[in-house]
Amino acid sequence: MQKRKNTGLYVPEPLARPGDGVDFSHIEIPDAGIVAKPPVDVPGADIRDLPYALIRTLNDNGDAVGDWCPEASAKDLLVALRAMLTTRVFDDRMFVKQRQGKTSFFLKSTGEETLSVVPSLALRTDDMCFPTYRLVGWLMARNYPLIDLVNQIFSNERDPLQGKQLPVLYSAREYGFYSLSGNVGSRFGHAVGWAMAKSYRGADDIAIGYIGEGTTAEGDFHAAMTFASVYKAPVILCVTNNQWAISSFSGIAGGNETTFAAKALAYGIPGLRVDGNDPLAVWAATEWAAARARAGYGATLIEYFTYRVEGHSTSDDPTSYRPKEEALQWPLGDPIQRLKEHLIQIGQWDDDRHEKLIADVMHTVKAAIREGEAVGTLGASKPNVSEMFNGVFEEPDWRSREQRDDVGA
Amino acid sequence: MSEMTMIQALNSALDTIMSENDDVLIFGQDVGYFGGVFRVTENLQNKHGKQRCFDTPISENGIVSTAIGMAAEGLRPVAEIQFADYIYPAYDQLVSEASRLRYRSNGDFSAPITVRSPYGGGIHGGQTHSQSPEAIFAHVTGLKTVIPSTPYDAKGLLIASIECNDPVIFLEPKRLYNGPFDGHHDRPVTSWKGHRGADVPEGYYTVPLGSARIVREGTEATVLAYGTMVHVALAGIEESGVDAELIDLRSIVPLDIETIIASVQKTGRCIIVHEASRFGGFGGELSALITERCFYHLEVPTQRVAGWDTPYPHAFEWDYFPGPHRVKNALLKAMKGEQP
Repeated sequence: MQKRKNTGLYVPEPLARPGDGVDFSHIEIPDAGIVAKPPVDVPGADIRDLPYALIRTLNDNGDAVGDWCPEASAKDLLVALRAMLTTRVFDDRMFVKQRQGKTSFFLKSTGEETLSVVPSLALRTDDMCFPTYRLVGWLMARNYPLIDLVNQIFSNERDPLQGKQLPVLYSAREYGFYSLSGNVGSRFGHAVGWAMAKSYRGADDIAIGYIGEGTTAEGDFHAAMTFASVYKAPVILCVTNNQWAISSFSGIAGGNETTFAAKALAYGIPGLRVDGNDPLAVWAATEWAAARARAGYGATLIEYFTYRVEGHSTSDDPTSYRPKEEALQWPLGDPIQRLKEHLIQIGQWDDDRHEKLIADVMHTVKAAIREGEAVGTLGASKPNVSEMFNGVFEEPDWRSREQRDDVGA
Repeated sequence: MSEMTMIQALNSALDTIMSENDDVLIFGQDVGYFGGVFRVTENLQNKHGKQRCFDTPISENGIVSTAIGMAAEGLRPVAEIQFADYIYPAYDQLVSEASRLRYRSNGDFSAPITVRSPYGGGIHGGQTHSQSPEAIFAHVTGLKTVIPSTPYDAKGLLIASIECNDPVIFLEPKRLYNGPFDGHHDRPVTSWKGHRGADVPEGYYTVPLGSARIVREGTEATVLAYGTMVHVALAGIEESGVDAELIDLRSIVPLDIETIIASVQKTGRCIIVHEASRFGGFGGELSALITERCFYHLEVPTQRVAGWDTPYPHAFEWDYFPGPHRVKNALLKAMKGEQP
């Protein structure tokens, strides 16, 4: 064996930094439709090739091809299109509001709207989503009131979380949306525990948990995978591989050495690697993993291969660590554009209707933001100060009572 | 000397010690090419090479456990945890490993790591970017916990921490990164420009751990504070009209007990100020020490001015934050001899 020349500590670097040309030469894009879909009760050991494939359904013409075509109707897909557009428009408008100083923090899910919207529609209302903070599309797809999102982001007196939580870290149990935290990965095990509770009760409801590719490095990821495997928990565990964790490329999370879907192999769980910008492939993968979980065959890990088009949040400038043109040249395209082209291709949509939909969505989003601004933006309006002490315990103890008196609330 | 912000002073400390000692490595999330989310490691990778300043996976547990391994081997790792609010996955490594490696191996191995982490509120960061977890480190025997309040101290204390042969938790008050903050959030933001504590030598120097600084001498009461609260306490003292002595602890482990005792025995009154929640906070330890060692000198009960016993609430930042008016009220109460 030839020894690797010792050049000191190895530290991976992305192929391109600002000022370099975009380089996606390392990304292989197989044709749509070439990956066979196994039956949902397939033994995990029989599909050890799938984590290294890339499940794609929409080809360059916008046709849906191959085994991984979902059961979704054209009507379902139009609902998805509207929710994805709403997410994008909402993100754009609220980002501007943060820049105008109307709130402290915001982040967008641009380019990743499919990963929240489609599973939200493909799963049932009694299933529970354990989201990352780039999953607001789940709520858009279930018609969560936009005004409640706006009020939460402004931390105003009508904020559904009553000023207790940072903007965008929503909670909406009635909509199957678990409480968010700024700590990454810390709810991945909760998704498994929730799913185990459903098995215990004999229900066929399931859970779906999300984590970023960067966060697969956390112990939470590995603990959740182990428990999901041991107890055959009815859960879909998703890695949204958007290539970037703030300024760190996916190689810093181990992505140069293997795929994130392949992490499943060590735990004996099926691993699917899916084109995350292909709404039909995402739909079909969700259906497959959900059917497998409901039938008692346990968890599936799905890597959604996608791209974080914007910065991490309002707190960073992505052009300071990656080429500005990367987002435009992402080889898997834009999910909204791809869904639109598919709907046109099957004769269910056209440019005119698309423009009208955008105008309608814009109108709806702007109206919600105006309504929230009328209630008040951050600092101009807030819930009653006594709220600060509510919810520490179910019943406040003497500390909360005394301190509430101290602040005069 | 040159005038530096706290960010520049910390950067200068890291640059200085990296130039002095090839065994110093810096790593953490986004600290390499990007230079850190608060720019503390800016240009260090460029200057010292990517093997000495590099990005890590998102794994606080991994960051600290590999730092301990490197330190056991003989390197001087300086790990960054991006926010103190995210340090808890590493807590087991800090409590069960770093703090005890020397003791349990009877000196065979040790873990001279420095874990830097921005802490504290006042930046509208909500409950996951605002916490002050110093008490849970101070409670762990074998860990040192250091908290600067000026650029000068930040640089000198950071170099001393890296050179220290024990593991050090180095908490950086992020609200002070770009300027002193006296708690008056409704007034214009001030920069470090012209502040005495912003005069920082370009080269090597240290501020020893375990040595408190008397910020303001006084005779009527003693105010103990660290980090952001040093500036808040100073404003509160000035607004109260009480001739109080203000002590910046600078490190809570090791604790400069002599300076504290001498001051409280002189003044007979003590107010402890910290941003962390009050119950079980470090103020409780200080209060107990003062009771044990100064009981017969005390004119009035010691008071704690601290964050309320709730998580850090986004909308109520300034209701939660113990501002100068609360320090002032505590001092006035102490002078009247009222119960807290």
